[in-house]
Amino acid sequence: MGKQGVGAPLPRREDDRFLRGRGRYVADIAMAGMREVAFLRSPVAHGIVRGVRAPQGSMVFTMADLDGVAPIRAPSALPGFRRTDQWPLANGRVRQVGEPIAMVVAATRAEAEDILDAITLDIEELPPATDMLAHRAGPPIHEGWPDNVVLHSLVEDDISGVQAPIVVRRRLRTARQHMAPLEGRGVVARWDTRLSQLEMHTSSQMVHVTKTGLAECLGLPESSVRIISPDVGGGFGYKGILLQEEVAIGWLARRLEGTPLRWIEDRREGLAGQANCREHHYDITVHADHDGTILALDCEAHVDVGAYSAYPFSACLEGAQIGSILPGPYVVPRYRCRTWSVATNKPPILPYRGVARTGVCYALETTLDAVARAGGLDPIAVRLRNLPGPADMPYTNVTKKIFDSGDYPEALRRAAEAMDREGFAQRQREARDNGRLIGQGFAIFCEQGAHGTSVYHGWGIPFVPGAEPCQARLTPDGGLELRVGVHSHGQGMETTLAQVAHEILGVPVERVWLIHGDTALTPYSTGTWGSRCAVMAGGAVAEACTELRERLLPIGRHLLQAPEAVFEDGAVRAGAASVSVAEMARVFHRAPQNLTEAMQARGLECTAGHKTMRDTGTFSYAAHAVEVEVDPATGHVDLLRYVIVEDGGVLLNPLVADGQVLGGTAQGIGTALFEEMPYDAAGQPLASTFADYMLPGASDVPDIEILHMETPSPISRFGQKGIGESGAIGPPAAIVNAINDAIAHLGREVTDIPATPERVLAALAHPGRPGRGGAA
Amino acid sequence: MKPVAFEHATAATLDEARALLTTGAKPMAGGQSLGPMLNLRLVRPERLVDIKRVPGLRGFTETETHLTLGAATTHAEIEDGRVPDVTNGLMRHVAGGIAYRAVRNRGTLGGSLAHADPAADWPSVMAALGATILTSGGRRLPADGFLRAPFTTALEPGEIITAVEIPRQPPGARWGYCKINRKIGEFAKAIGIATPTRLLAGAVEGPPTLLDRVEDIPARLPWLDPAAQRLAAIAVTRAQAMRDS
Ligand SMILES: Cc1cc2nc3c(=O)[nH]c(=O)nc-3n(C[C@H](O)[C@H](O)[C@H](O)COP(=O)(O)OP(=O)(O)OC[C@H]3O[C@@H](n4cnc5c(N)ncnc54)[C@H](O)[C@@H]3O)c2cc1C
Repeated sequence: MGKQGVGAPLPRREDDRFLRGRGRYVADIAMAGMREVAFLRSPVAHGIVRGVRAPQGSMVFTMADLDGVAPIRAPSALPGFRRTDQWPLANGRVRQVGEPIAMVVAATRAEAEDILDAITLDIEELPPATDMLAHRAGPPIHEGWPDNVVLHSLVEDDISGVQAPIVVRRRLRTARQHMAPLEGRGVVARWDTRLSQLEMHTSSQMVHVTKTGLAECLGLPESSVRIISPDVGGGFGYKGILLQEEVAIGWLARRLEGTPLRWIEDRREGLAGQANCREHHYDITVHADHDGTILALDCEAHVDVGAYSAYPFSACLEGAQIGSILPGPYVVPRYRCRTWSVATNKPPILPYRGVARTGVCYALETTLDAVARAGGLDPIAVRLRNLPGPADMPYTNVTKKIFDSGDYPEALRRAAEAMDREGFAQRQREARDNGRLIGQGFAIFCEQGAHGTSVYHGWGIPFVPGAEPCQARLTPDGGLELRVGVHSHGQGMETTLAQVAHEILGVPVERVWLIHGDTALTPYSTGTWGSRCAVMAGGAVAEACTELRERLLPIGRHLLQAPEAVFEDGAVRAGAASVSVAEMARVFHRAPQNLTEAMQARGLECTAGHKTMRDTGTFSYAAHAVEVEVDPATGHVDLLRYVIVEDGGVLLNPLVADGQVLGGTAQGIGTALFEEMPYDAAGQPLASTFADYMLPGASDVPDIEILHMETPSPISRFGQKGIGESGAIGPPAAIVNAINDAIAHLGREVTDIPATPERVLAALAHPGRPGRGGAA
Repeated sequence: MKPVAFEHATAATLDEARALLTTGAKPMAGGQSLGPMLNLRLVRPERLVDIKRVPGLRGFTETETHLTLGAATTHAEIEDGRVPDVTNGLMRHVAGGIAYRAVRNRGTLGGSLAHADPAADWPSVMAALGATILTSGGRRLPADGFLRAPFTTALEPGEIITAVEIPRQPPGARWGYCKINRKIGEFAKAIGIATPTRLLAGAVEGPPTLLDRVEDIPARLPWLDPAAQRLAAIAVTRAQAMRDS
């Protein structure tokens, strides 16, 4: 089906409306009589709410009003996990700046904010926990806890006997970040009295999970909740979270039945009180042989998970993942990793594109470069020593991850070649002679995607993904409707899933209509997360279309009166005679008299579920390579060149895959060089606008060269692999390795990200204390 | 992030603007600094007076010695050369490095000077060029010294900037401009300007400051910590090098 099927570089169909400003987002929805909601938010990081005095005649609600509403609970069954109660509005205590305390309704948002201004809030402040290392032991921020440890997890090999000639230890920190989709969160909700149903439009990646969570908190049957997510302007994980605001507004919409309500998060609310991610601390030691062969990996990691366990992924996600993915793509014979997830008085940490992988890749890859420096080895050579080869595939690593396929060393070799390693050494020396600091850095990693039931069952979090469903329906005019429970928020699924359908049924992509983002119209699914849609929803579409094809074949043979006819190129064919899918659909719906009774009974609408052949996930992998120049006077880092060798298996659409990689890489550059949400000792966020929270702009992202390898996955329908998060994983490791390469001859090293000019200058000013842990 | 309710008036003439700018009123030009402050409720004026269309605040006049630019001239008009340049390209260069294009389309020279953010570009550039600020009160105020302290100027209440008079630089006179910031279009952490006769250190948490030599920075900018003084010195040194290259 070459031209439109799997692998075709079709421009995205959805871009026409997006680029013309014709997309429709939650904030574009207006309903007659709609009123605006605004939230009174905690100005302090930790305290007890003693009183909320609202101005006379205003509509203000606190938790005391929300009768029958349960807190958001996202537990994990991992041993020792401590549950938190996240009330939609503060129930006594507040544990983070920005936590909603009261909800105000007015005709306009401005008037609602006037009321917020006029509320007198009486809060008794408590000392906050703001540092995961200093406050791990307490004082506890949750009543009844002995300390602030949400989860302590262990992967414990005995490494005591390891005798390694090279032992390198580093202490590394990744900043707390803010995930900043162009469109923030937002809700428009009303109670439908005819259906006795809450209809909530919300900017979400996972409408069904939101529906389940909301129904539980509100004590409603699931049939009384409908969640609709229109166009979504970026999610990155932030829209996979059930919000307190959704619960509070859900309650209020029912209470004020007949009055539609709207809340659109503003940038300040998002920045200063929500959407936090990524804050890790690593104390990592690599034991290696003279030639760089890894003998053992030992790590103590901390994650600052903030005040609450966010629904549904829970506060265990990052910490426990660190333990299971720290060994990266490598062969690691002995491995010990202890992690602590520590509650602090900051917003909950949410799963941001790459989740723990970005931090883990940073920790391991920068430490491996330090190993290379300690042993006088080439960083590429060290990596090549430790990567499993193509003959080892499928490779089961030390934490029982099954790398499905690929040639990892080849990806790294291609990246090195593209960067002209040979010539570079010479250029670097010449630059140094002229007082310029240039460096090259590499990182290689793999990304587990589309992992399913057996993996998530182990976490024991509020949902476990099963078979991914798709409903396919041929309409009388030969169009094809696909209903999926995942949701596109930038992934281009209206294009790629149509390509999959075309591959199977030959229906032109223009005649395929993807229906998504509405619980009333689509089959139940855990939604879009974990780089799963190309594999899982792609597989599901193929499955449902294959089922349709099987139903069409006998119809076609019957109409052609040719029992040997076959399905090919969008038609059933026997020699020169053929009957198209459109014709068969027309006959089925509008001229059933021409079919047998049995054919009429089966319908041209079917639902099928898809699972990969093994549900341990596809493993895409990538090598990132970058050349930087460090300005020794200002500490400024310039990205001179950026090359990515990416293996996403069979690409459904290479243009869409490139888009995913490019967008992710821009975000990774933010993590590496710009983005930081600092908190002061009182737990106050120090960035509440984009003047303080620095995102990379167009001029900060170099032209990124992407080289593809396409090793099919043996477990997915077309050999495709999940790559949605990949781009965001590699940049911090590669960029900091390049910075360190530029300044290594001075005996200096950057250990904390983002590598701001201040941090680079500080590193340059402090010889001999890399990582503050020192090199052994 | 919605402003407190305010009254909005558009002034058609300078007299009208003067009459509308009573206590509690604020002039608005491009709104690129005022807008965010309104939204954050950092300012709560009773009335906004749109002065962008006042004829006297638009346009320019040119003489042998000076260019007088209306206060409501936008950064983009300067960047694009839609008004004359008497600085051998310095002003066009600077304008193109302010924020991003959408901000430059609206933001104005006068608004930037009146806003008096020391991290902004024009307060430093105008001081370095020896420009003169003309006001609705009929006053002529030297740009050097106009910014008294962060967000504080020499303007009287109700007084607005009408134009800026910029001395024509000699033909071929070279300049150097160095803006140190986190990324392109961001406010500066340090600005260094070198003209044939002057050096200036700007964007330094206080008024832009003329210097005789780079070495004067610690003495002339004592409010800066050593790291900021270092950065200022780098900016001025690089501006000098650019001028002399
Ligand atoms: C994202 C972003 C990035 C930016 N980056 C930079 C940068 O890199 N460099 C830089 O220099 N600037 C930067 N700015 C500021 C921008 O240049 C503004 O345009 C400028 O500071 C204010 O001009 P305005 O015309 O928009 O003034 P307004 O916002 O309308 O007004 C600003 C203030 O000046 C007063 N005012 C306006 N006009 C007059 C007048 N004629 N007389 C007296 N008072 C007046 C107003 O009452 C108000 O107090 C940035 C702004 C944004 C939003």
